[in-house]
Amino acid sequence: MSENIGKIIGVNGNLLKVEFNKPVIQNEVAYACVGAGDLKLKAEVIRVRGTSAELQVFEDTVGLKVGDPVEFTGELLSVELGPGLLTQVFDGLQNPLPRLAEECGFFLQRGKYLDPLPRDVKWAFTPKLKAGDIVIAGDTIGTIPEGMFDHRVMVPFNLRGKWTVESVKPAGEYTVVEVVAVLKDDKGNTRECQIMQKWPVKMPIKAYAERLRPTESMATKLRTIDTFFPVAKGGTFCVPGPFGAGKTVLQQIMSRNAEVDIVIIAACGERAGEVVETLREFPELTDPRTGKSLMERTLIICNTSSMPVAAREASVYTGVTLAEYYRQMGLDVLLLADSTSRWAQALREMSGRLEEIPGEEAFPAYLESVIASFYERGGAVRLNNGEQGTVTIGGTVSPAGGNFEEPVTQATLKVVGAFHGLSRARSDARRYPAIDPLDSWSKYPSIVNEANVAEARKVLRNGAEVGQMMKVVGEEGTSIDDFVLYLKSEYIDATYLQQNAFDETDSSNSIERQEYVFGKLLKLMNTKMTFKDKDAARSFFQQLTQTCRDWNGSEFESDEFKKIEEQMTKALAEVSDYAE
Amino acid sequence: MQNKVYHRIEQITGNVIVVKAGDVIAGELAQVTSEQGVSLAQVIRLENENVFLQVFAGGRGIGTDAKVKFLGRTMQIPFSENLLGRVFTGSGEPRDKGPEIKENMIDIGGPSVNPAKRIIPRNMVRTGIPMIDVFNTLVESQKLPIFSVAGEPYNELLAQIALQAEVDVIILGGMGLKYDDYLFFRDKLDESGALSRTVMFVHTASDPTVECLLVPDVSLAVAEQYAQEDKRVLVLLTDMTNFADSMKEVAITMEQIPSNRGYPGDLYSQLAARYEKAVDFEGSGSITILAVTTMPGDDVTHPVPDNTGYITEGQFYLKNRRIEPFGSLSRLKQQVNDRTRDDHRAVMDTMIQLYASYKETLEKQSMGFRMSDWDSKLLKYGARFESTMMDITVNLPLEEALDAGWKILADCFEPAETGIKSTLTDKFWPKG
Ligand SMILES: Nc1ncnc2c1ncn2[C@@H]1O[C@H](COP(=O)(O)OP(=O)(O)OP(=O)(O)O)[C@@H](O)[C@H]1O
Ligand SMILES: [Mg+2]
Repeated sequence: MSENIGKIIGVNGNLLKVEFNKPVIQNEVAYACVGAGDLKLKAEVIRVRGTSAELQVFEDTVGLKVGDPVEFTGELLSVELGPGLLTQVFDGLQNPLPRLAEECGFFLQRGKYLDPLPRDVKWAFTPKLKAGDIVIAGDTIGTIPEGMFDHRVMVPFNLRGKWTVESVKPAGEYTVVEVVAVLKDDKGNTRECQIMQKWPVKMPIKAYAERLRPTESMATKLRTIDTFFPVAKGGTFCVPGPFGAGKTVLQQIMSRNAEVDIVIIAACGERAGEVVETLREFPELTDPRTGKSLMERTLIICNTSSMPVAAREASVYTGVTLAEYYRQMGLDVLLLADSTSRWAQALREMSGRLEEIPGEEAFPAYLESVIASFYERGGAVRLNNGEQGTVTIGGTVSPAGGNFEEPVTQATLKVVGAFHGLSRARSDARRYPAIDPLDSWSKYPSIVNEANVAEARKVLRNGAEVGQMMKVVGEEGTSIDDFVLYLKSEYIDATYLQQNAFDETDSSNSIERQEYVFGKLLKLMNTKMTFKDKDAARSFFQQLTQTCRDWNGSEFESDEFKKIEEQMTKALAEVSDYAE
Repeated sequence: MQNKVYHRIEQITGNVIVVKAGDVIAGELAQVTSEQGVSLAQVIRLENENVFLQVFAGGRGIGTDAKVKFLGRTMQIPFSENLLGRVFTGSGEPRDKGPEIKENMIDIGGPSVNPAKRIIPRNMVRTGIPMIDVFNTLVESQKLPIFSVAGEPYNELLAQIALQAEVDVIILGGMGLKYDDYLFFRDKLDESGALSRTVMFVHTASDPTVECLLVPDVSLAVAEQYAQEDKRVLVLLTDMTNFADSMKEVAITMEQIPSNRGYPGDLYSQLAARYEKAVDFEGSGSITILAVTTMPGDDVTHPVPDNTGYITEGQFYLKNRRIEPFGSLSRLKQQVNDRTRDDHRAVMDTMIQLYASYKETLEKQSMGFRMSDWDSKLLKYGARFESTMMDITVNLPLEEALDAGWKILADCFEPAETGIKSTLTDKFWPKG
């Protein structure tokens, strides 16, 4: 029972003004009691002035009145960390949605908060420490098998300095709240460690030795990304695009294909239906890397557009905290947030109610720093035991009117390492993925030779210029050499940049395959070709494109693959100037 | 508990009045009696003893001595079978000559469906309009806007869909409707006998702004009840841009800082809260939402259509009295169009591709280029496609529409020219 009780003096949407007597903490959690009854609504302190505090409520505030009590908890908004997180679906406050559905049926219920980690499940714990060992925050106390991972039970991340192990529980079955180790520091303080620990979502977990520069590629199996606009493990990237350009589909493809240990999907203020697709399909799909169901490496944070706005703001922090937790186990984690604009809008709504001085498009002035510190939580680290772990963050951005010159896109572009800009023109032309090959960029190394990528880029750029010119002067006014350059750039687009998400083989290209195919492509670009006229050139490329699409659809290095490749080589030899 | 009556209005701005009162809950309803008559009002903000109320009938004519009686409950709407065939205002008062209904009051704007309880959409909603059924299939539980320029026959299209759609209950929510349009809907539904499965909540252009704000919520609350009684419900909302404009008006009265062209920063969340009510309850009924969104200045990047596009599952563009084949998209169509008829996807893809080629040919023609044989075929095809497939006033079952598609293809092309797989042309290409 809370000691610190305040009193509501104002209700404005989901913002409460509360009068208090005892000290309160910024970002502390409090519960507003509707009509002083049993229905308690979770809230967070977001501003303190004199003897009144302003709280954002994570629920609809209907029914609250002036004078209703507010219980301050003294704890920051936190998540529970422990085995049992994977395969789960949580809302932005880490409420387990499937268990909520069992209790409440079709609809969400206000003021209903369940334990994120079930208290009655027992886990097989194996200790990795013994009495007398010296430990620091983040060290492994013991392990627990969780699906295909060895989940590490770790020394609480908030401990400072060196601690001595007093006792450790023997191997056996324990619930998450059981104490499995007791630690003591040199001042005689003791600390009991449960299997689970809590961590405040808005603070990064820093129990590691050092941060490293992200250099190793994270394969997404998408040719455009891995070859042209790569993402490194521990890197950050953003995907802005107008509605319907394919942001969500791109993230869904990544959540399936990405070569990482764990994927955390934060569905932040978007459609509930899209999460359902993942929810219903992932358990049926197998992860080619492990042969297990894809769901076993997945965790979903789901605070969709009609769910409370303040919890939407919390959801991206919940997601990144869970990602950091698994990183502490030496794993590679990918966090996908769709859409960060909805999170920024949640900030804007609160800022408006707080009557803060607005910045551009009424977003708060601190928008940039908030976005920057969120993406800063991505990164590659060397843990205390020498292992490496990474958190890679990818966020979609939904700019108003599809115009990238707006605060959220601009603030994001300043901090991310790669930019996958989707264009309306490409998605209208059904050129998927609609990542614009001329505007997008990445600061991470490609999986293929950089010089070769630069060459391909040049063809794309010059080809596009010819294409533009042709709109003005027509085909007649274009030289055959320029025309062939244009056709080559269209060919790269059609057979390499575009990738069929619904074809089992084409949808995911291994690095080896990309290297091989890109090599072939490069050769074709450098082949000087002669054609009788433009029609002949066009029909040659049309034919070759068709064949190459079949090639893309055939299993790498299969007989079919080799057969089609031979066909293409022959066709090419017929038009090339010098025989091979 | 005795409901205390308050007599002193402290402040009147636009449709918002302020009284000093205690023990009032957020969202509570009150009755405001002034010389203008009696109106409902809703508490929208509490600040110490100050209570801010939004008056449904508007602030005009309210005196500082108006009477405010708090009702001790939030906004509710009756729900029973007796609603069918009836017309109400946004606040639930009868608009027809029928009796007032007071039974079984339900809350409006209730909580959202738990995402974990949702299912992947799987049933087509047949509308009898080929541009929808064949090319952009409407799916049960889908939310789709009709983006339209003012002056297009969007209400006619909605009415026609209402008459032809295979659903159990129709809820029509009218916002800022012209009175004539309201009468048009009523008469059209009545003539065809569809009124008996319809409930209408209508706010006309001359009614108070605040009542406009209630229309989507009451419509969807009632829809939710029917859907839980195993009914397939189709909710038609027209025009959501008026709804958004009403929100803008209220936000400005409340001195909120606008984000984009005067619209409040929570426009997206407000629209999404309504559209996300579209759902398929596993083991029970469903809600499908079709909503007209007029685009001021034919500009899709205007905040209302723009935010809507980010929320809905595709869009229909109504332009020149036709559903545009290119901008329009049903994002859920692939969930169902593989289970209708073998040839559905092939006909859909091929006809659209050929129509795109036809458009290119038109361009060439307008630039004075010589027309090839192929161009002439395309010109013939384009004209047939527009007159048969793009007509939105027909009622053609999907299968007949597909057959009509084959007929057009056969009249204009050889099978191989269409690029359709021969297994399909063998089976479906019209003989003789
Ligand atoms: N890679 C792809 N392959 C095929 N179709 C695609 C692809 N990407 C997108 N689409 C098509 O575009 C539609 C919209 O894509 P998606 O839902 O990803 O858009 P979005 O950018 O997330 O839009 P919003 O901002 O409205 O959420 C999809 O339903 C699908 O029909
Ligand atoms: Mg999306």
